[in-house]
Amino acid sequence: MSESKANSTEFKHKIKVHEEIIRVMLFASAAASILITVGIVVILGRESIPFFADPRVTFREFFGSTRWQPQIEAFGVWPLVTATMMTSGIAMLVAGPIGLFVAIYLSEYATQRVRSWLKPVLEILSGIPTVVYGYFALTFMTPLLRSIFGNDIVEIYNTGSAGLVIGVLIIPLVSSLAEDALSAVPVSLREAAYGLGGTKMETALRVVLPAAISGIAASFIVALSRAVGETMIVSLAAGAGPNFTFNPFRAAETITGHIVRISGGDIGYDTLDYNSVFALGLLLFLITLTLNMISRRIVTKYREVYE
Amino acid sequence: MDSKTDTSEEFAGDSTEAGGSQDALKRAMAASTSATAAAPEDTDGGPVAVEIADLNFFYGDFHAVTDVSLRFRTNEVTALIGPSGCGKSTVLRTINRMNDLIPGTRADGRVLFNGKNVYDDDVDPVEIRRRIGMVFQKPNPFPKSIYDNITWGARINGYKGDYDELVENSLRRAALWDEVKDKLRQNALRLSGGQQQRLCIARTIAVEPEIILMDEPASALDPISTSKIEDLIFELKERFTIIIVTHNMQQAGRISDKTAFFMVNDKRSGYLVEWGKTRELFFNPKDERTEAYISGRFG
Repeated sequence: MSESKANSTEFKHKIKVHEEIIRVMLFASAAASILITVGIVVILGRESIPFFADPRVTFREFFGSTRWQPQIEAFGVWPLVTATMMTSGIAMLVAGPIGLFVAIYLSEYATQRVRSWLKPVLEILSGIPTVVYGYFALTFMTPLLRSIFGNDIVEIYNTGSAGLVIGVLIIPLVSSLAEDALSAVPVSLREAAYGLGGTKMETALRVVLPAAISGIAASFIVALSRAVGETMIVSLAAGAGPNFTFNPFRAAETITGHIVRISGGDIGYDTLDYNSVFALGLLLFLITLTLNMISRRIVTKYREVYE
Repeated sequence: MDSKTDTSEEFAGDSTEAGGSQDALKRAMAASTSATAAAPEDTDGGPVAVEIADLNFFYGDFHAVTDVSLRFRTNEVTALIGPSGCGKSTVLRTINRMNDLIPGTRADGRVLFNGKNVYDDDVDPVEIRRRIGMVFQKPNPFPKSIYDNITWGARINGYKGDYDELVENSLRRAALWDEVKDKLRQNALRLSGGQQQRLCIARTIAVEPEIILMDEPASALDPISTSKIEDLIFELKERFTIIIVTHNMQQAGRISDKTAFFMVNDKRSGYLVEWGKTRELFFNPKDERTEAYISGRFG
């Protein structure tokens, strides 16, 4: 048998059925995720057309006015955007430094044993349902802020409390992506730093961190886009009414919070209110899309290529 | 080193050192009490810069290096040669405690730097590494500008002088200045491999170490870059003591004053076979294993 095989010139492709089935299944999965995304964009776009086409709404007002009061047909999106900026900005003030410190600790300082329990604990943090975080903000963080700054300064609903708790939620996102970036820095660079008489801290902060800066920036942006899109915490704790304010102790409604409240209420199909939800959804989508594109840009542009 | 009035007794003393750990211990003790005093039979060259005495090294349970005793003299180039896995790099990295960075490693014995055991409890490895610089196998410049690569070590050590001057001097001494003087702000990773390695050498000498350890510094480079590095090593020994690990026998022959030959025993542990003047070791080895290795019969 081996003799005949050795001289055989049968090199033709054999069609293996199971290989083909698996290939098709894998392709279908990949295609499905793209099609779903495209579908969402198409629906968001199509459903927002009636809103912007309505004579009572102008682009100029939408992007120029600081009043969002659908009852009186005032559709300036800024109050919702500023509230979103407040909650996600505060969240990043929490998650940026803490997440980065955790990442540096995990990648540069922690022993294998510490790492083996700290990482799962962090993952649990991001696995807690956001509704639990929402009530945590409302029943713990807000009273805490009120006891520190005073009841007359801190309103019961406020963007600060929601932002702080979103920050806790996204710490694992920053820490895990930033740790990946730090760990990807070649050991040879650390050796170079130690070889020049660098301490552990000098090596971590002045060599490893700068070398990983593109990955760290990307982790921040991914976390930021998660914070911008966070819904449950803000709708429970941030406030239920548009409010153009930069005071973190006052109630204000984010884009997501507004969408939830409006779609949860009894609004009629094809009303201006109803259509506004899609316009807001589209805006939100564009914000996170932009953030993700920036993050991809940063990663590819500033990534250092080591041999 | 023009005081090459060595005698054959010196070499007899040196070559038995691997086996005679008792002697080595005595000498190490003498060295540790009276700083850099050389043992009587070892009269060649300048003061002892580093002395390794009865070094045993472990990666966890693995006994990687067995009973190494060896001496390095000021302003000499000493080459550590031997087959793969013979522990020569491990020995090199004990000198500036670079192995500390690998968890689960342990060094027994002594590494005396200016007579002080670098493994003593009161020794800060960071300070040791500042005074014993290191150049690695693969060029590893920081992903920063050429300028910042040179100044990094000086900055963390609180250098007070003129940084421009430091950069120029270091690059000149590493024979790289003319090639990079117009692009000091350019990212070092854009240099060629050979230039990167000379930059790493410049970066090392910028912190003015007393000793430079080189771990196969030319093995990742092309022949022309390699010869530049070799010329450079020859010049650097005027100011520094150089200890170099190399796989390349011709390289050891060309650049080193002394050579130490390591081998692996049947437990995969590295040990020192013999060491001495490079010319003696190459042309008149005391041990037949050295001769076999050098003449290319194995390794």
